[in-house]
Amino acid sequence: MSLKKKTQSLHKRNDELANANRQLEILSNGIFKNGELPTFANKIKETHQFPLRPKKLEILQINVGYMCNQVCEHCHVDAGPDRKEIMTRETMMQCLEVIRKTEAHTLDLTGGAPEMNPDFRWLVEEASKAGIKDFIVRSNLTIIRANKKYYDLPEFFKKHNVHVVSSMPHWTRGKTDKQRGDGVFDKSIKALQELNAVGYGMPDSDLKLDLVYNPSGAFLPGDQASMESDFKKALMEDFGIKFHNLFAITNLPVSRFLDYLIASENYEDYMYQLVDAYNPAAVENVMCTNTISISWDGWLYDCDFNQMLGLKVASKVKHISEYNEALLNNRNIIISQHCYGCTAGAGSSCQGVVA
Amino acid sequence: MASNNYYDPKDLRKFGNITEWSEELGTKFFDYYGKVFEEGALTAREKALIALAVSHTEQCPYCIDAYTKDTLQRGVTKEEMMEAIHVGAAIKSGATLVHGVMMMNKVNKLDM
Repeated sequence: MSLKKKTQSLHKRNDELANANRQLEILSNGIFKNGELPTFANKIKETHQFPLRPKKLEILQINVGYMCNQVCEHCHVDAGPDRKEIMTRETMMQCLEVIRKTEAHTLDLTGGAPEMNPDFRWLVEEASKAGIKDFIVRSNLTIIRANKKYYDLPEFFKKHNVHVVSSMPHWTRGKTDKQRGDGVFDKSIKALQELNAVGYGMPDSDLKLDLVYNPSGAFLPGDQASMESDFKKALMEDFGIKFHNLFAITNLPVSRFLDYLIASENYEDYMYQLVDAYNPAAVENVMCTNTISISWDGWLYDCDFNQMLGLKVASKVKHISEYNEALLNNRNIIISQHCYGCTAGAGSSCQGVVA
Repeated sequence: MASNNYYDPKDLRKFGNITEWSEELGTKFFDYYGKVFEEGALTAREKALIALAVSHTEQCPYCIDAYTKDTLQRGVTKEEMMEAIHVGAAIKSGATLVHGVMMMNKVNKLDM
């Protein structure tokens, strides 16, 4: 269903869905309250997977701020140019202390557009000295072409051996621009070509360039391997672009995507799709079991989605200033109905499928 | 019957229930159905597009619902989907029209 394009975040519009508690209320009422569909807790109880507990910590994901140059329809962060929440250098220093001593092998910087944080480059320079095995920056691509001051980002990423993970909802202009805004496709293509030009995404290159595919509507992603092959063929044929892997990620009913589902009258059908596609094998490897998500103001969460829903970790340790990995790992993961998004079909995580 | 309509979108989710009244045949059907749509000499994407076109020629609302969603999930574009339906429509109308030859044959035989 085609709806009028929004140019401001839910927060800026004072929309009721800017309130995390209101979102959680919606996710617990209706079809889940009247028993039409089982709650996520009851569903994982059926397969004796409740409570959900962390395994070995592998990924530290840091959200350095909600500011973004785009206002994507499906954004679970409700990011946009009007969001002012930005991680300070002081909080970054606390993060760096943790990065230096963590057992996690992957550091994952996200946002918003992380590059818009004024201390982003400083953080990357300092973090890259910590010897983390896989250092990811989630770039929306268009930021590279947004302003002269970002034009050198491909070289900057290369210098620090950053693993670039970029959003690309489709290989066609129409589908991409519909989800992410007019002109996004052309700028993304240009940015990918520039990343390729410095060596990113080449078959034997250590400069990793992966793409993230989110469906542009109220449907689930198709098979990741087939999508990757279709993306590779089309981007190569049409634009000479190469990349390594495609991560197919399910849109979770949180924030702007929840708003879209309700406004387009797709909410109930979408929740049915997620529940019908529930896969207990995906629960085993769901990303909250190996990830800690850190917000711009240093609070700790089981995942980026719980961060946006204001669900801090159920642990004595709740803030980066008091970080203790052993204590943190001894916690129950907080769940709600949005979690069905990570357990549908082959599962979904920031690293793609999990089952 | 719970509904006042012959077709209810919610009934699509109950398709699997047909096995309850004839387990052996139902199971055999779904095994066959699943196998048909696996990747083979044709890709699963190509099969989904064929299914979408046939859903329209059969004018099956459940199938149209299911295979529109399925093709979207596979990244199929609106243009590809519409072209596939035109293939179905062309065969359907061609099949009608080609029977015109039968009519012509009959007229030629009967008419002086």
